[in-house]
Amino acid sequence: MKLSAQIATRFLKSSLTQTLIIILGIGIGVSVQIFIGSLIQGLQKSLVNTTIGNAAHLTITNDADDGYISDYSAILSDAKASDDRISAATPLLTASSLLEQDGDSQSLLIRGFDLDAAEGIYEFSEYVVDGQLPAANGEVLLGVLARDTFDLSVGETIALITPDKRTVECQISGFFDYKVAQANQSWCITTLKTAQDVFLLDDVANSIELQVGQDVVFESDAVAENVISRLGSSTLVVKEWQSQNEQLLSGLQGQSISSIMIQVFVMISVVLGIASVLAISVMQKSRQIGILKAMGIQNSSSSLIFLIQGLILGIFGAIVGILFGLGLSYAFTTFALKPDGSPVIPLYIDPKFIALSACIAVVACILASLIPARKSSTLNPIDIIRNS
Amino acid sequence: MSTILEMKNINKIYGTTVKTQVLYDINLNFNQGSFNSIIGQSGSGKSTLMNIMGTLDSPTSGEIIVAGKSTSGMKASELARYRNQSIGFVFQFHYLLPEFTALENVLMPYRIGHKTIPKETMDRAKELMALVGLEKVMNNNATQMSGGQQQRTAIARALLNQPKMILADEPTGNLDSLSTETIYDLLRDINERFGTTFIIITHDRRIAEKADRIIEIADGRISLDVTR
Ligand SMILES: Nc1ncnc2c1ncn2[C@@H]1O[C@H](COP(=O)(O)OP(=O)(O)OP(=O)(O)O)[C@@H](O)[C@H]1O
Ligand SMILES: [Mg+2]
Repeated sequence: MKLSAQIATRFLKSSLTQTLIIILGIGIGVSVQIFIGSLIQGLQKSLVNTTIGNAAHLTITNDADDGYISDYSAILSDAKASDDRISAATPLLTASSLLEQDGDSQSLLIRGFDLDAAEGIYEFSEYVVDGQLPAANGEVLLGVLARDTFDLSVGETIALITPDKRTVECQISGFFDYKVAQANQSWCITTLKTAQDVFLLDDVANSIELQVGQDVVFESDAVAENVISRLGSSTLVVKEWQSQNEQLLSGLQGQSISSIMIQVFVMISVVLGIASVLAISVMQKSRQIGILKAMGIQNSSSSLIFLIQGLILGIFGAIVGILFGLGLSYAFTTFALKPDGSPVIPLYIDPKFIALSACIAVVACILASLIPARKSSTLNPIDIIRNS
Repeated sequence: MSTILEMKNINKIYGTTVKTQVLYDINLNFNQGSFNSIIGQSGSGKSTLMNIMGTLDSPTSGEIIVAGKSTSGMKASELARYRNQSIGFVFQFHYLLPEFTALENVLMPYRIGHKTIPKETMDRAKELMALVGLEKVMNNNATQMSGGQQQRTAIARALLNQPKMILADEPTGNLDSLSTETIYDLLRDINERFGTTFIIITHDRRIAEKADRIIEIADGRISLDVTR
């Protein structure tokens, strides 16, 4: 083993240029793998984040006649206790109304939350661009598009017309910008109490919204099952985001598959490259192998020489690849910026993924050296001793 | 005296389509501790015979018996171990490993069989380098030595494991007559001191005549076999 390792390193050192070129080749392969992988993962994360980052992952509704949930706080705490992956939960009372201002009107979706709890899902305070969150009863938060359409300002009073034709006045506490036109135009965020007052309802909600932790968003189906079994048989219905977003999911899956395909083919070409270079190296070193065999080195040790060469090349290649890959990623996130200073391509640098790529490269290099190792093992010393 | 190597009815035919028979019914016994020389014209089959003796090549028919055991039934790993422990080779084309220094080359047969090099072995390697007159260049790479120096290194290498038998094919082919003389005196000395068996191919009759036994090969047959 020690001898094989020493012979392997001497062989690699004796043709240093060739060795450095292979290491560079492996390194480029690994760096491409790391870069593509980080890129796709980053894109997916940002896509998932923009889609469901500030949205409920699970929604509990009532299938009963009027759809109202009166014991919402009990159900909410039950649901929360059913699975510790749930990170936030809020009751929600949603109902449509009409905003009328200076003869113009548009529909407005009143969304009454437990604002403190809902902050964990919607991060309202992050998106308030003017004024502040509703605090007192009768205060509402509108979107920036509604503000622009009706030329509204903070502190102004607006008139809401309910489905039963009553007019209710509310005061604007501030404006939000969710970067989503529909929300910015027609959402009206307020407290659960205000929403109940506007629609003359008792202490009820019509849904409970739950969010799971960032890293377990794809486990929402399992969480939903736990919530369902905890709540028991009732008229309550639990929906989770994945079953509502099949297109997004299949899109993500398609991306992942193409990313894996690219990585696999990069690795295959790296492996073929190393295998051929090592095969040539067996030819170049056949004289030495022949002498060693004449002197009695075992076939296993002579093949080990090439496996170790593969291992060494793999390790150095992986190191170079990680450095290149991180360098490339760094360059992209530092120099390719949008006007607002955020990177054009959101990379996701995952140490586990990088470690995995490096391990795959090393294993691939060892696999690639199996053929030359076998050749070395079967080399007959007499062919070398005789033909000189 | 005990027999160290026995060759029985050895035939060697090269090629499968065009067959050339190189050795014809060779029968030879070598005694433990003997000093033998093999002479013969170029192409007569000396190297072929030696490769078969050293278990590097296998005969087309016939048997090689070492230590009372036929080599035909031995596995590759067994043969490799036997070669490593019992035979020291000096090939016609000296064959050092160019990636290693002269001293490392000399140590190679020991390292093949052992994990670490004890001090005695290291000392013996250096002593052997001194004996063949190379103590000054022993840390040179094999490629940075003259042909004669490489040949002497190969001789030191063959001696390192103190094998029972040394097979040498023109071991002094590249050396001037004075060095040749010195090397043969050294080999004889080792032969006498350690009882190592020597089988040496040479085209130099003067050298051959210093051996205990001279075997002449002509066209693949033994044409002369004299023991003094
Ligand atoms: N692989 C081979 N295939 C066919 N013929 C071969 C092969 N190797 C050697 N020969 C032939 O076998 C014969 C003996 O060769 P060998 O190398 O044993 O001669 P030698 O006595 O050692 O000669 P020299 O003194 O020149 O070294 C030669 O005629 C040679 O042409
Ligand atoms: Mg010859």
